Amino acid sequence: MAMRIEATNVTAYYGGFKAIENITLTVEPKTVTALIGPSGCGKSTFLRSINRMHEVLPGARVDGRLTIDGQDIYDRDVDVTAVRRMIGMVFQRPNPFPTMSIFENVVAGLRLNGVRKKSILEEAAERALRSANLWDEVKDRLDKPGAGLSGGQQQRLCIARTIAVEPQVVLMDEPCSALDPISTLAIEDLMFKLKDRYTIIIVTHNMQQAARVSDKTAFFSIERTGDPGRLIEYDDTQKIFSNPSEKKTEDYITGRFG
Amino acid sequence: MTTMTAPPVAPEQNLRLRARRLPVVALLGIAVAAVAVAALLVYATGIGGFALVVALAMLLYLVGLFAASSAVEGRRQARNRTWSALIHSAFVLALLPLISVVWTLLSNGMERLDRTFFLTSMNNIGARDPNGGAYHAIVGTLEQVGIATLITVPLGLACAIYVVEYGRGRFAQLIRFFVDVMTGIPSIVAGLFVLAFWILIVSPYLNDGRPGYSGFAASLALSVLMLPTIVRSTEEMLRLVPAPLREGSYALGVPKWKTILRIVLPTAAPGIVTGVMLAIARAAGETAPVLLVAGGGAAINFNPFENNQSSLALFVYQQAGDASRYAPARAWAAALTLVALVLILTIAAKLLARRNRFGR
Repeated sequence: MAMRIEATNVTAYYGGFKAIENITLTVEPKTVTALIGPSGCGKSTFLRSINRMHEVLPGARVDGRLTIDGQDIYDRDVDVTAVRRMIGMVFQRPNPFPTMSIFENVVAGLRLNGVRKKSILEEAAERALRSANLWDEVKDRLDKPGAGLSGGQQQRLCIARTIAVEPQVVLMDEPCSALDPISTLAIEDLMFKLKDRYTIIIVTHNMQQAARVSDKTAFFSIERTGDPGRLIEYDDTQKIFSNPSEKKTEDYITGRFG
Repeated sequence: MTTMTAPPVAPEQNLRLRARRLPVVALLGIAVAAVAVAALLVYATGIGGFALVVALAMLLYLVGLFAASSAVEGRRQARNRTWSALIHSAFVLALLPLISVVWTLLSNGMERLDRTFFLTSMNNIGARDPNGGAYHAIVGTLEQVGIATLITVPLGLACAIYVVEYGRGRFAQLIRFFVDVMTGIPSIVAGLFVLAFWILIVSPYLNDGRPGYSGFAASLALSVLMLPTIVRSTEEMLRLVPAPLREGSYALGVPKWKTILRIVLPTAAPGIVTGVMLAIARAAGETAPVLLVAGGGAAINFNPFENNQSSLALFVYQQAGDASRYAPARAWAAALTLVALVLILTIAAKLLARRNRFGR
């Protein structure tokens, strides 16, 4: 199911501003990879370039090569929507669709991509909500508004919505930064569970979280404000947090910088 | 760390949380006294009437309130009370014209609001005939405004969606500029434009070679007037839809056009409906373009594409200027009908937009 992602010399721009430069790394299938680094170092930009969400902003573009199972996602004849169905994304702030019920939110991806049959949708909704550890909390009020849930529930709803379209890869952009510790724990548990089926890449500012959930960690940094972000070190999480090879990484994770 | 400085207040004052308050009875007392003094002054000197009493009483109440409150509660509370009273009275003042309009309409309009009014036209109604009605005008208004809405809403929505979601750079800015310019077009100019363009140039080809008035021409003129309102309000509403919603949809692999249709538009729907209703209300009240290009008329004409049509606004204008002693009552009844019509449409639209949505 899950697929390998290879980035080669990925450079991303916002208009004239170069946000990240020459990022090269490989993400193995069915692993959790954490992207850490100080604010503004380009972690989110890199994450968003993996499912071509970067180019949504006016003037934004990406150079270099990004492949998923050998297919270049920036190829000329690649359908952006196919890429995004294959590589799902969960955002920093929960963003359930306000006009839709819980059920409609979960199946939004399927429905808007043309699936109409009620039985298929119901089955998919239950499966996704169970995977997202949300089923028991919402099964009796699926027709209630999605925006009426608590923050942690909304975020799990968004995760359910993402995995309902059966992606290969799930990108998470600081998914717990707006949540309390209990909801955070629920989502971290969820990541362990999802790892069996999906490749997960998560951006986080919380280094304990990176250490807890990830198999591999990539440390990004910038020299000065205005410089592009670069990949400083990419290794097993264990190694990064116990014995990093770069001085900068060590400074950052021990809290001496950033 | 900055160094702490002592606050410039006496310590005992700083530590006291409770303060003396004016009792409600005192407020009532001040109000009654203000009204009494004002009435006495105005009627004793005989320089004015009821309105002056109210204005003077308000002024006296504010002064009395400020004085009493400063004496008992201190300056801050006194200022708070005075400004609150001012703001509340401003609200009432702003509401007065509205209430007055509704009251005038109701009291004058009820007289002729009968079956005949809704079921007959002005055809063959002479100056001495107390009957006659606005059936033809209601038909005209509904048809003209309905067609104008059918033309303008898709066009306006498309235009706003282009400007907000797709337009980049110069061209989109140009469109916004022209929409702004259109907002300022006087209705008579819109009417003249349609008269010159549609009636004189196009309609001869559709008829037997002679130019002809029609309700449809009025719809076109009303469209010109409605378009900028709809575009601008829709544009604002679309911009209010948070970007994360669009991104959430894109991230599910939903194409942009579908995201706009299924996520962005439903989220903005209540605001868009409000804007459309404002445009409809404005169009329904227009007289000049209808007079210029639909020509008015006393008979019922269901066909908006041929021959003269009237409208409620035009009916009001014509009846109000008519020499017959029965005409003013008909004008008032028509005005009341027009307001009621727009009100009912607005309420219906609001209810429709609210359905399928949760609470908002």
